[in-house]
Amino acid sequence: MLARVAIFLFPIRLILAQDTNPHTSPVDIEHGRRLFDARCAGCHGKDGSGGRGTNLAQPDLPRSSNDASLYRVIRRGIPGTEMPSQNLATDREIWQMAAYVRSLGQRPAEAVAGDAMHGALIFKGKGGCRQCHTAGLEGGRMGPVLNGVGARRGAAYLRQTLLDPESRVPLAFGFYDVVTRKGQRVRGIRVNEDTQSIQLRDLSDQVHSFWKDELSEIKRLAGKTPMPSYKSVLSEAEVSDVIAYLVSLKEVR
Amino acid sequence: MKRAAVFVLIVAPVVAQVGFDRIRNAEREPGSWLTYSGDYNGRRHSSLAQINRGNVSRLKVAWIYQIPAMHKVETTPLVADGVMYLSEPPSNVTALDVRTGRKLWSYIRRFPEDLRVCCGQVNRGVAILDDLVFVGTVDAYLVALDAKTGIKRWETKVIDYATGHAITVAPLALKDKVVVGVAGGEYGIRGFLDAYEAKTGKLAWRFWTIPGPGEKGNETWAGESWKTGGAPTWVTGAYDPEMNLVYWGTGNPGPDWNGDVRKGDNLYSDSVVALDADTGKLKWYFQFTPHDVHDWDANQVPVLMDGEIRGQKRKLLVTANRNAFYYAIDRASGQFLLGKPYVKQTWASGLDDRGRPIRLPNTSPTIEGTHVWPSVGGGTNWYSPSYSPKTDLFYVAIREASDLYYIGEAEYRPGVTFFGGTHRMVESDENYGAIRALKPTTGDKMWDYRLHSATGAGVLSTAGDLVFAAAEGTFFALDASTGKLLWRFQTGGMIGSNPMSYLSDGKQHVAIAAGNDIITFALD
Repeated sequence: MLARVAIFLFPIRLILAQDTNPHTSPVDIEHGRRLFDARCAGCHGKDGSGGRGTNLAQPDLPRSSNDASLYRVIRRGIPGTEMPSQNLATDREIWQMAAYVRSLGQRPAEAVAGDAMHGALIFKGKGGCRQCHTAGLEGGRMGPVLNGVGARRGAAYLRQTLLDPESRVPLAFGFYDVVTRKGQRVRGIRVNEDTQSIQLRDLSDQVHSFWKDELSEIKRLAGKTPMPSYKSVLSEAEVSDVIAYLVSLKEVR
Repeated sequence: MKRAAVFVLIVAPVVAQVGFDRIRNAEREPGSWLTYSGDYNGRRHSSLAQINRGNVSRLKVAWIYQIPAMHKVETTPLVADGVMYLSEPPSNVTALDVRTGRKLWSYIRRFPEDLRVCCGQVNRGVAILDDLVFVGTVDAYLVALDAKTGIKRWETKVIDYATGHAITVAPLALKDKVVVGVAGGEYGIRGFLDAYEAKTGKLAWRFWTIPGPGEKGNETWAGESWKTGGAPTWVTGAYDPEMNLVYWGTGNPGPDWNGDVRKGDNLYSDSVVALDADTGKLKWYFQFTPHDVHDWDANQVPVLMDGEIRGQKRKLLVTANRNAFYYAIDRASGQFLLGKPYVKQTWASGLDDRGRPIRLPNTSPTIEGTHVWPSVGGGTNWYSPSYSPKTDLFYVAIREASDLYYIGEAEYRPGVTFFGGTHRMVESDENYGAIRALKPTTGDKMWDYRLHSATGAGVLSTAGDLVFAAAEGTFFALDASTGKLLWRFQTGGMIGSNPMSYLSDGKQHVAIAAGNDIITFALD
């Protein structure tokens, strides 16, 4: 096998053996559960209720309206998202995972309490979320764009992030404090980085570019984020409304 | 002096014969680059010193040649007599005028549509011998081209591509033969290494990297598993003309992560084999990872150098293996001399006196996933290391990372991938890459140039006390003694290839494939 980077270039089998899942027996579903728990539950939750990944415990999966499309999503992953491919698995293993995912949708769906319309108003107004986050066409660029967040994240995960943002900082999110050799201090979010250079967006939305040898100090604020906790800012009902609004943001622009 | 140089310039292109003696004595003409690793020792070292610590900061682009390719470019160009020969993915060959980067000829190969190549339709380079240029193809042919015109002289079918075989390796031309290996460790092939008569394309010998029934070593494969056991030969080896031995690394046993269906040591997977260059007969072997269940191919370029170990001066074969251990082996006898981790590993408590790993419990893949360092990509991979006789250091691009290893079902079907599981990289603050310098006779780390992201590109050392390497699209030069950064150039393309060096118009150049480009650099 080649280097890791090569694995992602692995040509995916494009021709499906069939359109309907041929492996749906209880034994298949049970094996699918074991595979799911090992390979998928880290993001989608043990019961598929979502988290870092979307909630799968629902009868209608937006990207997988039929067996063939569910197979494809598991096999190829979703390019441009954190959903990886399973391109090294056998066909039967993919179908078994698909069978288990479908079985999750037979359970009653988790209801998201809260008023999405009201949540949208809080998002724009009292919460001040748009200062950093884009939803729709408007908003800041400091934080991740939230279009499509409802398709990517589960409600419980979003709630946790809102109440305790520093418990959920992804490893790839770089919040930095740097000092130039001339004594200028810049704090900001990493836009890009390589061995010799780093580009940061500061809190006033300005992008700074540095060669690392121009810096006397590069400090990563690991586990930190400029996002405040909304625990004492919003009421419990308002938090639920914002979550309902975020869950409604299914569309990626 | 000046007159002599002009004379050579005019005459050389007419001669255009790269005989075995020239390759064998490559150190006598450092202005050429006559074989994949620069010489038969696998050192990827240039004894040119025009570009050095004092002036490398003035290095500038001389020219860029853009390859019309859809696939990753992994080629190491060769340079001989004013011509640069390079393979272009999938398996085309182009000759360039080395002074200007202008094309002299191209060989374009047509392919069937149902190719089976696990990890990209790539090619790592050509070989040259006498007046022929050799390329292995992803549909598993060996092709010989006229070095002056690119016209095909002969082609030989090495094996059927439909069973998952492909050729991506740069062949190794020696004496009157061309040695070539195969890829396909993810398709349940039975691996081998071949030698062909350079003039005719006739098979001279074949060494099966998995012994057949009745042969010694076949008993290390349970049942019929030897038939689908992998052990491919997809990275170029080395050659010692004095001992007339070819040294070649072998890849993972198949299926990759499910060892239950192939119980035993699985010889000669994950090994280096020493073969008689005339007959292909096995002189000795050393297996790095018996019964591998992590996909740790030994497909690294073996580096031949001499040094003192255990109080005795020896002819050595040294290698940083994908399994996280650095090894020094007596290349005459195959005796294990030294083994030591060069990156973090959690699968073995160490090596015994004969170099066999002492495996820790609970490190095999499971359905739930088993967390092991190093990752599937290994401590290093196919991209070349380098040895500089000037600094007496071994340079290697390393990766500190771990994976979750999953076992899966393993059902062999011809031409279909045969992984027997999967893996997932574990995100961690502990992950990083580096260009690492090791003392070759001890395996001790001498310095690190730490990389933000681990690289998939190899290294070149030069007598100008420089190490050239690449990461994140940047091609850069380090001080060979200290690892200090001295020069950098952002190429704008992914670099998954190896640098090389040559003279043109009497000036030293350094070249690398980046993105779809061949970029060559010289002092302004």
